[in-house]
Amino acid sequence: MGADPLLLGKISLGVLVLVVVKVVVAFAVLLVTVMLMIWFERKVISDMQNRIGPNRAGPFGLLQSLADGIKLFFKEDLVPDRSDSFVFKLAPYLAMVPAFVTFTIVPIGGYIKVFGYSTELQVADPPMGILLLLAMSSISVYGVMLAGWSSGSKYPLLGSVRASAQMISYEAAMGLSIVAVVLVTGSLSTRDMVLSQQGSFFGVIPHWNILRLGVIPFVIFLIAITAELNRPPFDLVEAEQELVGGFNTEYSSIRFALFYLAEFMNTVTMSAIIVTLFFGGPDGPDPAPLHWLWPILWFVIKTGVFAFIYVWLRAALPRLRYDRLMDLGWKVLIPLSLGWLLVIAGMQISKVAGFSMLAALIVGAGLLYRAMAVGQRSNATNAMSASLKVAPKDALDSRAKFGDTHVVSGKRVVTRISAEGVVSSKSGGDPDGRT
Amino acid sequence: MKNDVDSKVSNTDHLSLLVEETSEGVQELLPREHTPIEEFYLEEGYVLRVPEEEAVDIDEVDLASVPADETMIINMGPQHPSTHGVLRIMMELDGETILRSKPVIGYLHTGMEKTAEMLTFMQGSTNVTRMDYLSPLNNELVFSLAVESLMDIEIPPRATWIRMLMSELNRISSHVMWMATNGMDLGSTSMMIYGFRERELILGFFEKVTGLRMNHNYIRPGGVAADLPDGWFDDVAAICETMPFRVEEYQELLTGQPIFRERVEGVGVITQQQAMALSATGPILRATGLPWDLRKTMPYLFYDQVDFDVIVGTVGDTYDRYSVRLNEILESVRIVEQILEKMPEGEYKSLDRKVTPPPRARIDESMEALIHHFKLHTEGYRVPAGENYVAIESPRGELGCYIVSSGENRPYRMHVRAPSFVNLQSLPVMLHGGLIADAVAVISSVDPVMGEVDR
Repeated sequence: MGADPLLLGKISLGVLVLVVVKVVVAFAVLLVTVMLMIWFERKVISDMQNRIGPNRAGPFGLLQSLADGIKLFFKEDLVPDRSDSFVFKLAPYLAMVPAFVTFTIVPIGGYIKVFGYSTELQVADPPMGILLLLAMSSISVYGVMLAGWSSGSKYPLLGSVRASAQMISYEAAMGLSIVAVVLVTGSLSTRDMVLSQQGSFFGVIPHWNILRLGVIPFVIFLIAITAELNRPPFDLVEAEQELVGGFNTEYSSIRFALFYLAEFMNTVTMSAIIVTLFFGGPDGPDPAPLHWLWPILWFVIKTGVFAFIYVWLRAALPRLRYDRLMDLGWKVLIPLSLGWLLVIAGMQISKVAGFSMLAALIVGAGLLYRAMAVGQRSNATNAMSASLKVAPKDALDSRAKFGDTHVVSGKRVVTRISAEGVVSSKSGGDPDGRT
Repeated sequence: MKNDVDSKVSNTDHLSLLVEETSEGVQELLPREHTPIEEFYLEEGYVLRVPEEEAVDIDEVDLASVPADETMIINMGPQHPSTHGVLRIMMELDGETILRSKPVIGYLHTGMEKTAEMLTFMQGSTNVTRMDYLSPLNNELVFSLAVESLMDIEIPPRATWIRMLMSELNRISSHVMWMATNGMDLGSTSMMIYGFRERELILGFFEKVTGLRMNHNYIRPGGVAADLPDGWFDDVAAICETMPFRVEEYQELLTGQPIFRERVEGVGVITQQQAMALSATGPILRATGLPWDLRKTMPYLFYDQVDFDVIVGTVGDTYDRYSVRLNEILESVRIVEQILEKMPEGEYKSLDRKVTPPPRARIDESMEALIHHFKLHTEGYRVPAGENYVAIESPRGELGCYIVSSGENRPYRMHVRAPSFVNLQSLPVMLHGGLIADAVAVISSVDPVMGEVDR
């Protein structure tokens, strides 16, 4: 590594200190944020569910996650007899370290001057930027997968098989929607992405990627990221009701806490990444003095909004089934993002040649239609195989008996039968018939 | 690897020992090579007692279709978040697909039927109320009806109406509780809390009336334990007013939710014939389209005097069972509203002092009252010799009580036909061929209460 600038002596001690300080500060800020995130999630979800939530430790229960962490520290650290103990101990770190590292590429503000050095508010701005995100999310798959595999128990094994399949398939969709961003930016660096989103259309509408790319890459990215994070409604990996706890069933004490920490840290990091990729990062109005503060504020607010959305999803949605999840990933998200990528590529070229855009649009639409059709057909096959389990004779008999003719159209009916016979038939579980 | 072989050998030894001990074979799901063909045939999801032309030939069951070493036998429970207590289900999985399954029960067995033989008829309702702990009043009701059917005493109409009121409110609370746990099992944590909130509303009323939230011992042979308290009318009216709105909320949260629909539609299908062959009752049977509701088909209490509909489904899948229960909540509200109108004045228990104790105040004034009170609470009353089976519609299905009296003050034998117990045996049929995630939805849709299953 002869070309390493550090060894060539071109970097002064000041820069070195600055980098170290940035790393330490980012680490500390992230830890505190995670603590707040856990509290935020528990508080918001309690509000949505008519509960009070944590309110004992500290003001408004703010220190609850700290208390939980300390409690977990003093719990017995169990390593199951049948586990592969080295991998078992390694896995939590494989889950947590990528969560930290990913955060380093997130620009959380503009430039500031410290000790005479101008530096961007971002731990590192490597030229391959966003590729680091993909690399790290791939590594975090190992954390979950190895945790389940090394536990030497059946439920974690099922969890880890689900995990590796789910995370790998959704990474494809996620990567494709990132490519769309890279196409319009022309760079992999996150700083460049943020810079290219500054300004506005017609002075009013922000020049953010969500609008520049059409909303679709953002939606795909949001869904893919939720699956990647194993957050509800895609939390099949740790589906408590099915797999008891999934990959972390056998973990206890601080190792369990590390998984928990990693999960919430990923939630924060990914909210930040969404803001960076699609919502202009720290971009926003800059009205007052304190020019260094405003971008940070905008960044925090935007990230908070997405953190809230994740909590909201968790409160509102039931869990998807495993096969439906795979269908969604492979048959909808990936074709859709591929098609949309073509459209965007066409638009990029159309700045030079207008025809290509038209061609790309047509090809994209065709591909999209084809993909949807394939997906639909397989769904139809599934539905058919499901309905085959019903003995049609019986169903028809009972319908003839109780005069239920609504089912002929294939619509489900809940029938009310009173002493005089059928009173009314209504669709679904819906008494008002508005399904 | 060596360890595995050793444990396998000792395991089968252990199993053969069990077979000798119990003479009924092991409860556990055995590996394919140890499974007798008849049991396999059952576990594959076919049902006994279907018409001959529809029965599957036993030779046609293909044991070799799945190599034994590619499957995994997994225990769901008895300690599992979604088995609703201590139900243990052993499943043979191929990947995530369930090939065979077998419910193993008995973890909550407390010998309640035997206990009943030790308790007087007077004490009996404190025992039965602990069986189905989600609808205790229905248990008390069926026990009281069974005892009364042997005794030839007259129940005042107000007592009967009160019994109906409590029974229907209990049905609502039980169904709401089911909505809660079902939501939880499918990953919708909010539904869980909402369901408990509504249950609280009704339990609050129960506490006001009976003094307890569970295990009320309120409905007793001869009437009910106490009259309804002041202000009961407004409380019940408030419940009737609230519930439809809350049901509307569930509709928004779950019924219209595409993810929820995907999870339950076409899952755990059971045909009408299968359900009938397996003696399934309650929402499971009604979801297949058969309007079998004891309140309508064999009316007890004054159910023939109120107007309500029986809800049936069409397909018999988990979604239909969900819809049936959801609509039954509204039907129960309808019944309760009619009860509010029709509730007569009068006595709340039989005035036969040989059966029900005199009011507490009378004991200070009357020697006879004191004697009656003493005799009832020490010796109890004697029930003429005979036997009878009485069944009612509990939230889970046909809840029956079979009592044999030898003329003593305690039953010679009491048996409870617990709907959860009978419904459980339809589980392997519904689980067959589904995914492990479906298993959770299906177990939940059977709504087993383990206290009632094991008794």
